[in-house]
Amino acid sequence: MSIPADLKYTKEHEWVRLEDDIATLGISDHAQEALGDIVFVELPEIGRRIAPGEAFAVVESVKAVSDVYAPVGGEIIEVNELLESEPEKINTDPYGAGWIARVKTDGSSAELLDEAAYTLFLEE
Amino acid sequence: MTDDYSGVSGMQHEEALLFEHAHEAATPISLPGIDAELPDALNGFRRSRQAGIPGLSEPESVRHFVRLSQWNHSIETGFYPLGSCTMKYNPRVNEQLARLPGLAQLHPDQPEESVQGVLELLYELQQWLGEITGLAHVTLTPAAGAHGELAGIMMIRAYHDARGDRRRRTVLVPDSAHGTNPASAALAGMQTIEIKSAANGRIDLDELRSRLNDEVAALMLTNPNTTGMFESDIAEICRLVHEAGGLVYGDGANLNALVGVARPGDMGIDCLHINVHKTFSTPHGGGGPGTGPVAVNDTLAPFLPVPKLVRENNTIRIVHRDERSIGSIFGSIGQTGVLLRATAYIAAFGRDALHRIAEDAVLNANYILARLKDAYHVPFPGLCKHECLLTDEKQERHGVKTLDIAKRLIDLGFHPMTVYFPLIVHGAMLIEPTESESRETIDRFCDAMLEIARQCEAGDTEALHQAPLMPIRRRLDETLAARKPVLVWPED
Repeated sequence: MSIPADLKYTKEHEWVRLEDDIATLGISDHAQEALGDIVFVELPEIGRRIAPGEAFAVVESVKAVSDVYAPVGGEIIEVNELLESEPEKINTDPYGAGWIARVKTDGSSAELLDEAAYTLFLEE
Repeated sequence: MTDDYSGVSGMQHEEALLFEHAHEAATPISLPGIDAELPDALNGFRRSRQAGIPGLSEPESVRHFVRLSQWNHSIETGFYPLGSCTMKYNPRVNEQLARLPGLAQLHPDQPEESVQGVLELLYELQQWLGEITGLAHVTLTPAAGAHGELAGIMMIRAYHDARGDRRRRTVLVPDSAHGTNPASAALAGMQTIEIKSAANGRIDLDELRSRLNDEVAALMLTNPNTTGMFESDIAEICRLVHEAGGLVYGDGANLNALVGVARPGDMGIDCLHINVHKTFSTPHGGGGPGTGPVAVNDTLAPFLPVPKLVRENNTIRIVHRDERSIGSIFGSIGQTGVLLRATAYIAAFGRDALHRIAEDAVLNANYILARLKDAYHVPFPGLCKHECLLTDEKQERHGVKTLDIAKRLIDLGFHPMTVYFPLIVHGAMLIEPTESESRETIDRFCDAMLEIARQCEAGDTEALHQAPLMPIRRRLDETLAARKPVLVWPED
């Protein structure tokens, strides 16, 4: 199971990469593993404002449909349209080509875990 | 797949798509050509190309559909332990009653005075459902369980609006809920907020308290919930929601655990839909249209949809207008043929024996739980209600997952249980035997489950990963089907 050290995580198994005030969001390797084969991703609209903890996207696997919750608050500025035709990128490359959205953050944030804390959380 | 012969073996037939069968010449009936000119007004509608209907003879068409039907599994073929679905047997007497010419040949728009017999039966069913749920006022019109949910949330919204409390637009839904609950609330214009379950699979009272405020219109819950456990805090849950000004919507999907024994209305629930295809043995799915009557208490009664059945002296009247009603949600008084089947099932037990439905259903589920609890992980220990919940935790150590267990059951002659639901339980297997099954059938199912567990322990996992090996189709690629669905036959 991969948990990159340069990312932050939520207890809902999203990850966030913060670069200045731009945040890239996705779901963790653990999340994609638990969901199984992803078959559909509902992406948010560009320009939408989201609050920390708000459901901003939906991922559907052969097993289940799950909301994706925002690790940080702000405005959606870009979405990964590749996922509309190749949702499996979330399974094969959750931290890379499987990113879901980019947000211009407003500084607000849900409880974020670093690599060590997320690893510990998964072990519990 | 065979290429040249239609029979595979043992008279189980492989079957192509109708389009693959088609040989252009054959048509089951010969229609006369058009020997007159079409009037100008119709000419614009003249078909410019072939309709693409496969050319087949009548016996070919009939065999196609009968063969497909033989691939099917139904409650009349075998055990069907789909949790949360209550796949009970549909007794023949229900069918006989619904097909009586005096009932089956009525027209929905016949004058009231000419259909008093069927109205009397439906009115009586309303009274019975009111008594069974402890919620005296009933509408029979919703055309499915989820339609009933929508009607219920619309009534709750109308109730708050009528009090001038238009801020209440939030519906709380536990994370164990059926997916239809948040969908119905959203369709009724509500925001939904998910409530995390406690470690015992039940509603967490502190979490509930923290979510209650003056914007909450309702809590939607299922009791027993989808883990098969009774919400033992139900009275306190309802009290808290009411104290905060909200109402409690009950999803009646699991009413089979309570019927004749306990009443949702007595627990404090304000509004409940009833899936008659579950609790009252009307056919599921393709066997007939769905029907989801809704029962409410005095608080919500003024908002019931129209048309309503009302007794005046010795006559049942169909009332089409009512000032405070949410209006019409269906084009008629309900799916009469389905409702009559439910009437027959309730009448067959009668008031004094109705409780046997719930008691036998709960006993059967606990019997399965008792036989399987050592071989499979039980996430929430203790007695269950009408369905029992297991997981693949013990088998996962051998690399075997819930999906493999479910597929292997097919080889052993059983329809799989519900898998991966509820979502809050990893690798969930939800087993609901209903009251219909004999101990012998249930024992054979348990034997099959124990055999699978033994195969895992013995490291004999290859057959499990490959399963199913026996049926006419092997394991299907669900991922490919979902990612690249082919829904339309390509024209040439």
